[in-house]
Amino acid sequence: MTISPPPADAAPAVATDEVLAQIALSREEYALACEMLGRAPSDVELGMIGALWSEHCGYKHSRPLFHHFPTDGEHILTRLGEENAGAIDIGGGMVAVMKIESHNHPSAIEPYEGAATGVGGIVRDIFAMGAQPIALLDSLRFGPLDDPRNRRLCVGVVEGIGGYGNCLGIPTVGGELVIGESYSGNPLVNAMCLGIAPRDSLISATAGPPGTQLMIVGADTGRDGLHGATFASVELDESSAERRPAVQVGNPFLEKSLMDACVGLVREHREWLEGLQDCGAAGITSSTVEMAERAGTGIRIQTQRVPRRESGMSPYEVMLSESQERMIAAVKPQHVDDVRAWFEHWELHAEVIGEVTGDGIARVLDGEREVAAAPVSVMTNPPSYTPDAKRDPSSAARAAFDPSTLPDLAPAAANDALLRLLSSPNIASKRWVYRQYDHMVGTNTVVAPGSDAAVLRIRGLQQGLAVCTDGPGRAVELDPYAGAVRAVAEAARNVACTGARPVAVTDCLNFANPERPAIYHQLQESITGMADACRAFGTPVVSGNASLYNESEDGPVTPTPVVGMLGIISDVQQAVRMAFQDEGDEVWLLGAGLEQDALSLGGSEYLQLQHGMSAGPIDVNLDAEVQLVNALVALAEAGALKSAHDCSDGGLAVALAECAIAGGVGLTVDAEIKGRLDAALFGEAGARAIVSTQPSADLTRIGVKIGTVGGDRIQLGPIDMPLAEASEAWESALPNLLDGS
Amino acid sequence: MRFAVLVFPGTWSDWDCVHALEDLGQAAERVWHREGSLDGYDGVILPGGFSYGDHLRCGAIARFSPVMSALDRFAATGKPVFGSCNGFQILCEAGLLPGVLLRNASLQFRCQPQLLRVERSDTGFTSACTPSQVLQLPISHGEGQYFAEPSVLDELEDAGRVLFRYHGENPNGSLRDIAGVTNAAGNVLGMMPHPERASDALLGGIDGNHIWRSMIETWS
Repeated sequence: MTISPPPADAAPAVATDEVLAQIALSREEYALACEMLGRAPSDVELGMIGALWSEHCGYKHSRPLFHHFPTDGEHILTRLGEENAGAIDIGGGMVAVMKIESHNHPSAIEPYEGAATGVGGIVRDIFAMGAQPIALLDSLRFGPLDDPRNRRLCVGVVEGIGGYGNCLGIPTVGGELVIGESYSGNPLVNAMCLGIAPRDSLISATAGPPGTQLMIVGADTGRDGLHGATFASVELDESSAERRPAVQVGNPFLEKSLMDACVGLVREHREWLEGLQDCGAAGITSSTVEMAERAGTGIRIQTQRVPRRESGMSPYEVMLSESQERMIAAVKPQHVDDVRAWFEHWELHAEVIGEVTGDGIARVLDGEREVAAAPVSVMTNPPSYTPDAKRDPSSAARAAFDPSTLPDLAPAAANDALLRLLSSPNIASKRWVYRQYDHMVGTNTVVAPGSDAAVLRIRGLQQGLAVCTDGPGRAVELDPYAGAVRAVAEAARNVACTGARPVAVTDCLNFANPERPAIYHQLQESITGMADACRAFGTPVVSGNASLYNESEDGPVTPTPVVGMLGIISDVQQAVRMAFQDEGDEVWLLGAGLEQDALSLGGSEYLQLQHGMSAGPIDVNLDAEVQLVNALVALAEAGALKSAHDCSDGGLAVALAECAIAGGVGLTVDAEIKGRLDAALFGEAGARAIVSTQPSADLTRIGVKIGTVGGDRIQLGPIDMPLAEASEAWESALPNLLDGS
Repeated sequence: MRFAVLVFPGTWSDWDCVHALEDLGQAAERVWHREGSLDGYDGVILPGGFSYGDHLRCGAIARFSPVMSALDRFAATGKPVFGSCNGFQILCEAGLLPGVLLRNASLQFRCQPQLLRVERSDTGFTSACTPSQVLQLPISHGEGQYFAEPSVLDELEDAGRVLFRYHGENPNGSLRDIAGVTNAAGNVLGMMPHPERASDALLGGIDGNHIWRSMIETWS
């Protein structure tokens, strides 16, 4: 055993149970840390180890599973987990950079600031790479909105996302809003950011060689957010509200200046810098230690040089503060003054707080006193766990339910069933949400929120980018593997409906406490499912985040892996939308046919609303999904599609209604519906999409013609209603639930 | 024409305005708020955004920027000054336009396409429009409710200084549906909607070009 010399001026910490609980380190993990150090850690060292070994920073339960993911590809420029975000070559000398991250726990306690700082954090991850953020997406989950607590969370989170994102001038172009019982008290708030950069102006989050100066820039450091990474790594309970000091307060105005200054600095003076890193969870500790790890060096931080907004802060507090809007720049010594002057132009203060050393030790000095001196390799090598995995028997039993034992929908009840689905918050128009977000600033939003995926142009390039998020939690709960495959397939379908070829994935794994076998089983199976699907679509996982311990007193959340998908459209002028266009256009169902087995009702919104059950098998056919995506892209590139929309929540009838509502024009389906009515109308069999074409087009090779665009009614089998009635149900559902709350 | 597009800390429609003007063949340069002179420019744009994070009040801090005294002098020459969104708020705070912009009546931020009626087509900012033409321009603001004393509103109406009104829905509760007003001389216009977001057919509309074209026709 090697012994790391202890810091010169600090005694070993007294590791009481209370101290360990505060940093969420188990007694065994503490013993391991002592063994790795060859001694007991000091106070500051223990705090740093606790933060870096937290689930949030250290991925103790998820990292051992990441090897399943495909991560390489011809166009992939980064390695999963090695940078702040993943980078993809999109051609024309340009690179897309993207990542999704959770801010679930803070949003549960303080929805506005929790969501706002979630946006702030993900945006910093993107510009830390030197990329200009060009789009945000938000994947949200709340408990039922008839409960005022959930309404308060939903309204607050939406306001927080808008409050921060709108001020930054980055358009919020997409995302999801899903309501489910299990999210009561533990909402999910996942924010995704997409950026672009010229290929030669990407920058790494590395510390550089010994002698490099570490500068902090942006906000002064306060006590806010202390132990935030730890807080994100435990379950929520009654005392969680007392953790409110662990929720940070955002200053989007400062972030906007910081973003403009950093992006400009990397574009114009890349040579002044060795690296750039944001101060996220675990603050200066994680940013500087992780930079040193990438460079294979040590660091020396002088806490008294860190600009503060509060007096009397201890070195421990300075090292672990999660004050927002701070960046660490690793600067070549001869350019320190240049960098300081650059930031001063932006009315920002940059200060040298330490330097890179060659000894592999993370040292912290408080004036003359050395209070931490632990090897970087100890801090960045948390233990990893592979707990027992066991299928949850209750979800297995529900998945085995056979929907064909239910009575079929009576034709006379079909209109009502469609209206009921259209006004379900999971299906209804999300305009109430996205009209509170600036989704147009930057003047690149070609396809705005409300279609399958958003499409962005890049000035000077012919190609465009399509982005979306998908996380079908209910399906994952019933069948973690198949549900996760569906998450990827739906996301791929969504970008393909705009004409984009899916190219890469970022993922946010929202699960409950992985120490329980049923939850670990969900995590393990979901990761394998996503990995297999990503391999089939040729979409490597380039970045992501795991958020575990999502539980409240009411129990665990539905396992919700959220997939953020990026696609490339070869000609952005040809982007396809979901809205029907012209009277007389023909409507085709691509992929599987009109007639559907009762099994397709498994896990469907229809089963939930009409029969009050989340049950049945989750069926996926990956080959068929890949074929459909290829077909959609080929048709779009040939200019054959006037509209395209995938069939997902609510099945064929909802998909058709949405195309009609969006286009303001009705449709008549003349194809006969055979077999079970509920399955044909509302079954959620995958690998299907609705497209409309000019009358002359022939798509019989890959689909069936089912009807014609026109008129002001929706006519589909026994369904016959005015378009206005469907539109009203779809448009008014969320305002009715949320306005005035 | 050669336009100055003013950039305050927190401004974000600056590039969008530059692109819209350049696409129409004009020269447009971003000018940092610490500049003391606007000599050499034929027109000035105050773009949207959240200058100084809307701290204190929208536009209340930006009005103290060094470039604002230069803007006073520039406006006095009769050359065009156009502010949209936060630019409108700054012009009101600086006293170049009457009234103030309050929080939207809905108390929510609104980003959506909006119909506007052109009240006069015989002004420097609307000469390329037809009388009573309805334009569709996006809005994006949380504080766009135009407010002024009734006597001020009467004066504006009487002098024909209300150039645009919301048509159909009034998205923010603005008094008398006012969406855009000018100064007495008619060379300073402020409006909440964003013409630079409706200047490219790929993004779904080009009605904003009517305003740019009017300015170019009138003042070049």
